Amino acid sequence: MAKTVDQYFDDLRATRVWRSVFRSGTGSSTLKRALAIQQNVFLHLFSTKVRSRMLSFSATWYLGTLTLGTFFILVATGIPLMLYYHPSAPQAYADTKDLQFVVSSGMFLRNLHRWSAHCMVFLVFAHMFKVFYRGAYRHPREFNWVIGVILLLMTLLLSYTGYLLPWDQLAYWAITVGSNIASAVPIMGNKIRFLMLGGNAVNANALLRFYVLHCMILPLAAMFFVAIHFWRIRKDGGLYSHASEPATVRAKASPAVTAKEAQ
Amino acid sequence: MPDENKTAKANETVDRRQFFAKLGLGSLGIAAAGTAAFAYQFLEPNVLYEPSPVVNAGKPDRYPLDSVTLDANWGIYIIHSQEGYFSLSAVCTHLGCLTAWKPELGIIACPCHGSKFKQDGEKIEGPAPRPLPWKRIWLNDDGDLLVDRSTDVPPLQRDSFVRV
Repeated sequence: MAKTVDQYFDDLRATRVWRSVFRSGTGSSTLKRALAIQQNVFLHLFSTKVRSRMLSFSATWYLGTLTLGTFFILVATGIPLMLYYHPSAPQAYADTKDLQFVVSSGMFLRNLHRWSAHCMVFLVFAHMFKVFYRGAYRHPREFNWVIGVILLLMTLLLSYTGYLLPWDQLAYWAITVGSNIASAVPIMGNKIRFLMLGGNAVNANALLRFYVLHCMILPLAAMFFVAIHFWRIRKDGGLYSHASEPATVRAKASPAVTAKEAQ
Repeated sequence: MPDENKTAKANETVDRRQFFAKLGLGSLGIAAAGTAAFAYQFLEPNVLYEPSPVVNAGKPDRYPLDSVTLDANWGIYIIHSQEGYFSLSAVCTHLGCLTAWKPELGIIACPCHGSKFKQDGEKIEGPAPRPLPWKRIWLNDDGDLLVDRSTDVPPLQRDSFVRV
C-alpha cells in the first residue's frame, strides 16, 4: 500500500536526527503541545497556552506583531543597503544616489526600508494607543508598559539616526535642528550635543557616529528590549483580556462596571 | 542590655566570605567607574578636523556701503553700515538653521521656524531666544577683513566695528 504524504512526515519525525533536534516528541496531547513551545529557544519566550479569543484580530489588531514584522523588514533591507553605503562625508551622498539609480533593486530596497520605518513609527504609536485604551497597561503589566515606552524611544532614535545617513540637505538641517534641541538640556546640553556629533557641527564624525548608532548599537538594544517585552507578556499572565484581570484590579479601575456585574 | 550590645557587635564583624564578597564587589565598582571614565574620554574627540573659526572675508571694498553680505559657507554676515564694518552670526539662535538676508524687507529671516531679526541682529519676532551674536572682526596686515566665529563681541559698541 502506498504511503500518504502525512505518513512520510510521520516517518521523518520519527527519525533519530529529527528527534535530536526537536526533543519534546510528537503527539497532540496538552503536554506535548506545551513542550513544543516551552522547549523551543525562540518560542519559549511566549506562553505555552493562549486563549483562542486573544488570537482574533479584534483582540489586539495584531499591532505588536505587525511592529515586529516591520522591524524584521528593516533588518532584512538594512543589511543589503550597508553593502553599498560608505559612512564617509565624501561618499555617503554619492552612495545614496548609486543605491537609488545604479544598484539593481537598490531603489526598491531603499524605499522598502524608508516606508517600513515610517510604518514602524506609526504602528508603535497605534500599539501604544490600543494597549492604553484597553487598559492593558495596568497591574501587573506596568513594567512591560515601561519597556514599551523604552522601545518607542528606540524606534524614534533609530528613525532619527537613519535620517542623517543620506547626507543631503534635508538630512543635514534636520540633524542640525535635532542636535540643537538636545543642547537645550539644562547644564550638560552642549556636552551631550558635542558627544553626540563628535564635534561642534554636523560633520564627518557625526555621520560615522550616527551610522554606528543606527546599524549596531540601537538595533541590538532594541532586540534586547523586545526580548524582555515578549517574555514579560508570558510572565504577566499572557495577552491582556478583560476577563482575566483580578477582580480587585478591575474594581479599582472601573468601580461602576464591577458593581453592575456584581448585581 | 550588655547582651544586646554583644550581639550587635557580633553582627558587625565580617567573616571571610563577606570580606571577599565586599572586596570583589568593591573592585568591580572601581573597575566600572574607571571604565565609565575611559569611555567618556574615548567618546570625546581630542582633535577636531573642523575648519578654523577665523575666516578671511577679503578686502573691505568688496562690501558696498549699506550692504549685508551672507557668507553661507561660514555662516556669517559682513555688514557695511554707516558706522563701519561689523560681522553677525548667520546661525539662528533658535535651532541652528542658516538665516538669509531679505533685501526687499530689510530684515534677516530664518527659513526653518520663521524667526526675524533686524540688520543689527536684534530679534523682531519668532521663537529665537536671543539676538544674532556679533562676531569679532578686524583688519590684518594685508588689509583683509578677518572674522573670528568663536568670539562674540557686544553689539553696537565702538570696538565691535571696523572702520577703514
